[in-house]
Order: sequence, then structure tokens, then C-alpha cells
Amino acid sequence: MSWAFLRDLLSGVNKYSTGIGRIWVAVVFMFRLLVYVAAAENIWKHEHDEFECNIKQPGCENVCFDHFFPVSHIRLWALQLIMVSTPSLLVVFHVAYRENREKHHNMKLYRNPGKIDGGLLCTYLISLILKTGLEIVFLVLFYKLYNGFKIPRLVKCDIKPCPNTVDCYISKPTEKMIFLYFLVATSCLCIVLNLSELSYLIFKYSIKCYLKRDMKKQQ
Amino acid sequence: MDWGALHTILGGVNKHSTSIGKIWLTVLFIFRIMILVVAAERVWGDEQDDFVCNTLQPGCRNVCYDHFFPISHIRLWALQLIFVSTPALLVAMHVAYRRHEKKKQFRKGDQKCEYKDIEEIRRQRFRIEGSLWWTYTSSIFFRLVFEAVFMYAFYFMYDGFRMPRLMKCNAWPCPNTVDCFVSRPTEKTVFTIFMIAVSSICILLNVAELCYLLTKFFLRRSRKAGNAKQQPNHENKEETKQNEMNELISDSCQNTVIGFSS
Repeated sequence: MSWAFLRDLLSGVNKYSTGIGRIWVAVVFMFRLLVYVAAAENIWKHEHDEFECNIKQPGCENVCFDHFFPVSHIRLWALQLIMVSTPSLLVVFHVAYRENREKHHNMKLYRNPGKIDGGLLCTYLISLILKTGLEIVFLVLFYKLYNGFKIPRLVKCDIKPCPNTVDCYISKPTEKMIFLYFLVATSCLCIVLNLSELSYLIFKYSIKCYLKRDMKKQQ
Repeated sequence: MDWGALHTILGGVNKHSTSIGKIWLTVLFIFRIMILVVAAERVWGDEQDDFVCNTLQPGCRNVCYDHFFPISHIRLWALQLIFVSTPALLVAMHVAYRRHEKKKQFRKGDQKCEYKDIEEIRRQRFRIEGSLWWTYTSSIFFRLVFEAVFMYAFYFMYDGFRMPRLMKCNAWPCPNTVDCFVSRPTEKTVFTIFMIAVSSICILLNVAELCYLLTKFFLRRSRKAGNAKQQPNHENKEETKQNEMNELISDSCQNTVIGFSS
């Protein structure tokens, strides 16, 4: 089980997406998943070993690290990637349900089980809303947990067993900050793509409904 | 999920590229991505652990390392490779869109569609003309821009492409100016120069491909214009000949009339 699983999952979703949905999948692959695996993971690899406090008191470093990093940035990033990709599964399940129904009844119930209309449209819209919501939740979590998106070089710590206020130094703060901003930028881009897809679908199907009603009135 | 996945995605684009584009892709995968993964990552693997400063002051080493390496070479290369590969996705999306349109035409039973089955549409290689030419050319342009930007960022951040053995640091909390020693500076310099050289080769290949596409475009245009001109000229010559003949006939008629009358 590795990121390859997520990659295969998203490739499956690509089949039933709109054009904007496919751009979203490409952005998630190239700018989030690939950057995470190829670059970001290695920056945070030895963050605990490289976290240094100006004191010899045993346990002080551990306690201070735990206080300032309740959940490491890189783990939050990984959770965000997984959570944000999962709502697309709803669409895959719905299409599989449609195909199963057709097989069960042994007749063609839908013109095309993969086409976004009717119930599948609702599922697709719900998945978009969930994706956007989860992105915003994680961005807010990052902001609240770390007091903004800055990573300081020095933090002052005075938790027991540290005998007094002790200077602790974070490793590679500038590099971590650059990648954090990159994460925020790609997150915002994905939010914008999701919102445009949502508006596009709502607009398209309202026009369709309106035209159908018009035709019925004329008849 | 790793560089292998990128290889699969870009491999599909390879079919619709020019020959220079195919060479570019090969250079990218063999001389850049493979070297990065197999060799360069090991060289930079212990960069912070083996970055040693001549002081026992806790925190001085961390701060000095952060000051001299705001973003590590290896991460910058990884980002460069990702950004430089991304424009090829535009071409992949355009090709996928065209295939989708052809499949739609085929399913509707359009007589204009010249394919026998869907498999043929999937296997078909599209020529680089029309709107695909514009997409392809823009992707090469963006590739060039990204390569140049990253090369400049590298040069600007590290004051050239050499890795020094010794750096002098006096950032707080270092008590005074402290000597800090970089691990494996010569090996890092060698790899940096290698990556820069291959980057320059890729820039040259992209420029050559751009020139080739533009030349092809203008040649095609001039050939079309040439064909269009020849046909009206040919018609004009015939018209003037006919006019001359008509004049001769009318002249001879007049002469005979005058001759009769006189």
C-alpha cells in the first residue's frame, strides 16, 4: 500500500469527470502528489533529530518538540491529500451501482451509466462540495495549529523538565516555509477548480432544465 | 507514486512529438531524472548531518545551514523537472480531447469519419497542425521559460555554480564569526555542473524544435499562398487569350461588313 494506490484510484475517477475535473486530477498528481513524494518528504525526514535546544537537560528537547509540533506538517499534508481525493470515490461507487443494476435487471436502464445526469449529477456535486470543504478545513487547521504559515528559526520553550526558558532551533525553516507556501498555493488552485466545476455543472443543467420546460410549454 | 508515473504520463505524449521532442524526452529521463534519483539524491542525502561548524553552541549549525541553503539543490532540481514536464500535459490533454471528438463522430455514424473502429482511433497518431500546432508550440515556449527561470534562480541563490568548502557564518546564536564546512563540496560541484550542462542542452533542443516548427509553419503557408496565386493567373491568361480572339473575330466581321457595304 503506497501512493501508487491513490494514483490508480484517481486514474479510475478521471474516466467519469468533466474537463475541469481532469485538470484537477492532473494538478493533484503533478503539483501535489509528485512534489510531496519527490521533494517534500525528504525535508521533514529527520526533523526530530535535527531539532536542537540550547540545554543538556534530558527530555527537554522531546517535550519542546512535542509542544511545538503536535502533528508534523508532512503528516497533515499526507492526510490532506488522502481526504481530498476520497470524495471522488462516491462517483465511482455510483457508476458501479448503476452498472450492477443493469446487470441485475438484464436490460438497459441508462443511456450511458457513466454520463453525469440524474442521480449521478447529485453525487458528483456532493463530491465536489466535500472536496472543497475538506481543502478549506485543512488549510484552516494548518493556519490555527502553526499560527499562520510561517516557520520560525527559533522558538522559546519553558515546559517541564526544561529548567527555564530555553532556545530551541528548528532545522531548515526557510525550505520548509517555501514548500508550505507551495502547498497552500496548490490547495487554493484546487479550491478554485472545484468551485468553477461546481458553477459550470449547475449552470449547464439549469439551462437544460429551463429549455426542457420551455419545450413542454410550447407543446 | 514516483518518477515512474511521470514516465507513463509523458510516454503517451511521445507518440505525437517531433523527432527533436522525442530526443528531448529521452535526455530528460535518462540524463536528468535518472541521475537525480540514482546518484544526486545520495550525494545530498547527508547534507545537514555532515554540515559541521567550528562551535559547540547549540543551534548555531542549524541557523547557519538555513542561512546558506534556503532551499536545497536537490529540491530545486526536483521542482525544475516537475515544472518542465508539466507543459507536455497540455499536449496530452489536447490529443485526448481530439480523440474524444473523433470517437463521438464515429459513434454517431458520421460518414465524414474515416476510421473503421474505435481501436484505430485510440492508436492513431495526430499530425502537428492546426490547433494542435499552437498547443505544442506554447508547451515548448513554457518549457523554455521554466528552464531559464530555474537556471537563473539557481545562479542567483548560490552565487554561481560552485560549492565552496568553507563558509563563514555569524548569524545569531553563533557567538562570533564561525567556520562552517560543507560535506562533499567537490562531488556536489561536479553534479551541479553536470545538471546545468544537461539543462542547457535541453534548452538548445527546445529552441531547435521551436525553430523547426516555425519554419515548417511558414513553408506550409507560403506553399498554400503559392498554389492559390497560380490558379487565378492561369485563368487570367486564358481570359486575355479569349479576349484577343474575340477582338480579332469582331475586327474581321467589321471589315467584311465594311467591305460589303463599300
